Amino acid sequence: MTPELGHFALILALCVSLVQGTLPLLGAQYARREWIVLARPAAQATFLLMLASFGALAWSFYANDFSVQYVAEHSNSQLPTVYRFGAVWGGHEGSLLLWVFMLSGWSVAVAFFSRTLDETMVARVIAVLGLVMTGLLLFILFTSNPFNRLIPAAENGRDLNPLLQDPGLVFHPPMLYMGYVGFAVAFAFAIAALLSGRLDAAWARWSRPWTTGAWIFLTLGIALGSWWAYYELGWGGWWFWDPVENASFMPWLLGTALLHSLAVTEKRGSFKSWTVLLAIGAFSLSLLGTFLVRSGVLTSVHAFATDPRRGIFILILLVLVVGASLTLFAWRAPKVALGGAFGLISRESMLLTGNVLLVVACASVLLGTLYPLIIDALKLGKISVGPPYFNAVFVPVMTPVLFLLAAVPLARWKHTDIKEIALRMWIPGALALIAGALVPIAMGGWTVLTGLGVALSIWVAASGVIQVVRRVRSSMPPASFWAMHLGHFGVAVFVFGVTMVGGYQEEQDVRMEPGDTVSVGGYQFKMIEVKDVPGPNYSAAQGAFEVSRNGKVSQVLQPEKRNYFSSTMPMTEAAIDAGFTRDVYVSLGEPLEGKAWAVRVYYKPFVDWIWGGCLLMALGGVFAITDRRYRLRVKAASTVPTEVAAGLKGATP
Amino acid sequence: MKAKFLIPLGLFVVLVGFLAVGLGLDPREVPSPLVNKPAPLFKLTQLEQPELAFAPEELKGKVWLFNVWASWCVACRQEHPVLMEFSRSKNIPVIGLDYKDQRKDAMGVLRRAGNPYDLTAFDGDGRVGIDYGVYGVPESYLIDKAGVIRYKHIGPITAEDLQKKIIPLINELNKS
Amino acid sequence: MKYLYALALALLCCGTAGAKEATLLADDPVVEQRLIAISEELRCLVCQNESLAGSRADLAQDLRRELRGLIKQGKTDAEIKEFLVSRYGDFVLYRPPVKPTTWLLWAGPFGLMAVGVVALFMYLRRRNAAIAPDELTDEERQRVQALLQEGEK
Repeated sequence: MTPELGHFALILALCVSLVQGTLPLLGAQYARREWIVLARPAAQATFLLMLASFGALAWSFYANDFSVQYVAEHSNSQLPTVYRFGAVWGGHEGSLLLWVFMLSGWSVAVAFFSRTLDETMVARVIAVLGLVMTGLLLFILFTSNPFNRLIPAAENGRDLNPLLQDPGLVFHPPMLYMGYVGFAVAFAFAIAALLSGRLDAAWARWSRPWTTGAWIFLTLGIALGSWWAYYELGWGGWWFWDPVENASFMPWLLGTALLHSLAVTEKRGSFKSWTVLLAIGAFSLSLLGTFLVRSGVLTSVHAFATDPRRGIFILILLVLVVGASLTLFAWRAPKVALGGAFGLISRESMLLTGNVLLVVACASVLLGTLYPLIIDALKLGKISVGPPYFNAVFVPVMTPVLFLLAAVPLARWKHTDIKEIALRMWIPGALALIAGALVPIAMGGWTVLTGLGVALSIWVAASGVIQVVRRVRSSMPPASFWAMHLGHFGVAVFVFGVTMVGGYQEEQDVRMEPGDTVSVGGYQFKMIEVKDVPGPNYSAAQGAFEVSRNGKVSQVLQPEKRNYFSSTMPMTEAAIDAGFTRDVYVSLGEPLEGKAWAVRVYYKPFVDWIWGGCLLMALGGVFAITDRRYRLRVKAASTVPTEVAAGLKGATP
Repeated sequence: MKAKFLIPLGLFVVLVGFLAVGLGLDPREVPSPLVNKPAPLFKLTQLEQPELAFAPEELKGKVWLFNVWASWCVACRQEHPVLMEFSRSKNIPVIGLDYKDQRKDAMGVLRRAGNPYDLTAFDGDGRVGIDYGVYGVPESYLIDKAGVIRYKHIGPITAEDLQKKIIPLINELNKS
Repeated sequence: MKYLYALALALLCCGTAGAKEATLLADDPVVEQRLIAISEELRCLVCQNESLAGSRADLAQDLRRELRGLIKQGKTDAEIKEFLVSRYGDFVLYRPPVKPTTWLLWAGPFGLMAVGVVALFMYLRRRNAAIAPDELTDEERQRVQALLQEGEK
């Protein structure tokens, strides 16, 4: 009965979201207040209905209801309870339900936290979100219904893909979807602005916290996925430029550009059309990502099982949503007034340059991801574009961005003097050059890439630290100041981690018997034994390796090779000793003759700085949202137009 | 001034065009660069009579079908009846290449399901398969009288494939 | 004879000596290094987007075996890549070759960067000309001061 209730809730949600998507929009257009006020309650209603629907699916998993086809395909009675919940989004239908559930969540959040916003604007925003939800609900109900029954019911389910039976993988999709879906809010704000013709600093101020929130989730989601790949796949890799990974990275790049562009629009009233375009672009890329993962046009380890019907449906959805918004943009954007003037060398122009470069980086990733498809479609052959291409192209494009990153906080609005910046930057510059020359040599060898990576990260980090120290001396800066510097410092930490691991990691692929030792990166590994260890839905061979350095034993690592009952592919569970300056990593390969095993041992310097940097970036975002400005109640009786007040407040650098 | 605001829309339309075409393509299919090139030479033992050898030069002057299969290949069983029918009705040689298999298992399959091949060459370690660009069985090659590969079929051959593509090509090659 | 006995004894002792240095899986580490470097630039054809270096698929293992043989024969990297491309096409290369069909791919990002920066520069110049500078009147200036003081509280 529960699946049917879930299905029914879904249909009701479709009806309500249809209302949510149309009436408030029309009400805003024709000034009919009775329709405008429908927006908030409609958002609340869709949220409750989606909660019910999602809850029904989750319950079906918890109760091992194998009469529901989706549950039978992705779960098993021996699956630990925790993973039964994660299995809800382990496949196409359920993950899409999660997507729409989150969309309803963000919509109701907008309804909740927008008491100080203009009612008509809020109505438009919620309506746009409602329209997107309607499209997706139609998609679910017509092609991807998770509540389809399996008759006769299966004895037991097929089990969740063993790769997904892991805490990292349980949290990764929800985080990512929170990000993708969160950009829908920025998108909705942009569309609302275009529709109302009201595109000003106040609009930017309203949009910003929502966009930042989405960006934080996306950053964490991508970092989580990368970290998972590192410890789960057993090869120590953390980014593969896989089409689906790129699909999450592109909205992030545009989202970062959008964050910075919104800051300028809020403070200076400039970049308005550009910001709107970025907001449309970021969400369009989220939708494009959804298309790429589920349509089968690209090969990827992440791709869900494909069905051409689904591909066509999402493509139509993509065309309608993005096509309509870009048409609206082409029509309305020219009418938007230009903001204030700024010089060729100014904070605005530097931010804009950074923006352009981020967009170029995003476009490059898109080009590389889609190029095989383009060449195939034009019947020009079949090529493949892999990591060597992306690495070769991404680094040169991002290098200028990193260079600018450090200098922009020092630039003044409207007009800035290069000489003045150069004077303040000579210390970070010198430190960067020295570090870039010496650190690689200390680590084992200098190359152009390692020198550049170290120099850039020190350039950003040092300038940030110096600016913070200088500023704190005079007065306690607001949260937004810390946000910027935390975020940028996170980038520096990230770049340093990537450079160190890429340049100086060591690995050994050896044959080991109990008693054998191997040396990697200054550590000695001694294999003690491999014994059989049973698990809830698998049986494993567990190794024990003693790790020592300079004769002192530090710990015993226990990697596993698991054979899940439901799968023929054995799973590697690497054993990692994570440290601040390095990871030491052991993974079991295949069993060889006798008691011998193929073993892979890795030394990964500073690898955790990669995800540490991402965490710092996300933390920066959190600080940005908690800035006092967003918690100020706008004085109702104020005679000062909000635009001017906002502009003046932002005048302090 | 207004035209530049249409650029994003224009780019999007182009993108969607490619995506739409992409829906009809298979991103994992690897077309062969060996088409219209001479079939790679080799000398292998025959499956059922290991004392006898086979080399593709023996079939110069004839159009022939070279079918790569294995006992462990599930899709091969799909195309087996089609091949049986084909070898009965048409009079071009059908040569099998038993790829990365055990002789015992392969012979067992032929005994149970029938043998559509004039003979089968045994490629135990898959080296000849690599020379022919095999990446997933079943795969089939149509080779002309001069020993040049004229067509590669990836995946199981269906009756429709025979009708629409393979038989017309055979007729054309036979004329020259 | 005595020598043989001694040798046999010595070997026996070594065999039962216990802890020893693990042997590399590869016979020849130099060859293996080159193999990894080359195969990281190649695609595993039967996998969903993995390099030939890391894939555990049968075909990948066979191809790596072939490559090892070619490396030992002294073939250059280009010759080895040609070996695979002549059999499987450009699809097997992870780093797309630079040929007319991929000029757009390789030049694209850098071209875009150049175009973007130039377009930005020209746009900024034009924009500044289009915006008339606005100066505050004295009265407005006083209002601004008053507001700023209020905001500071």
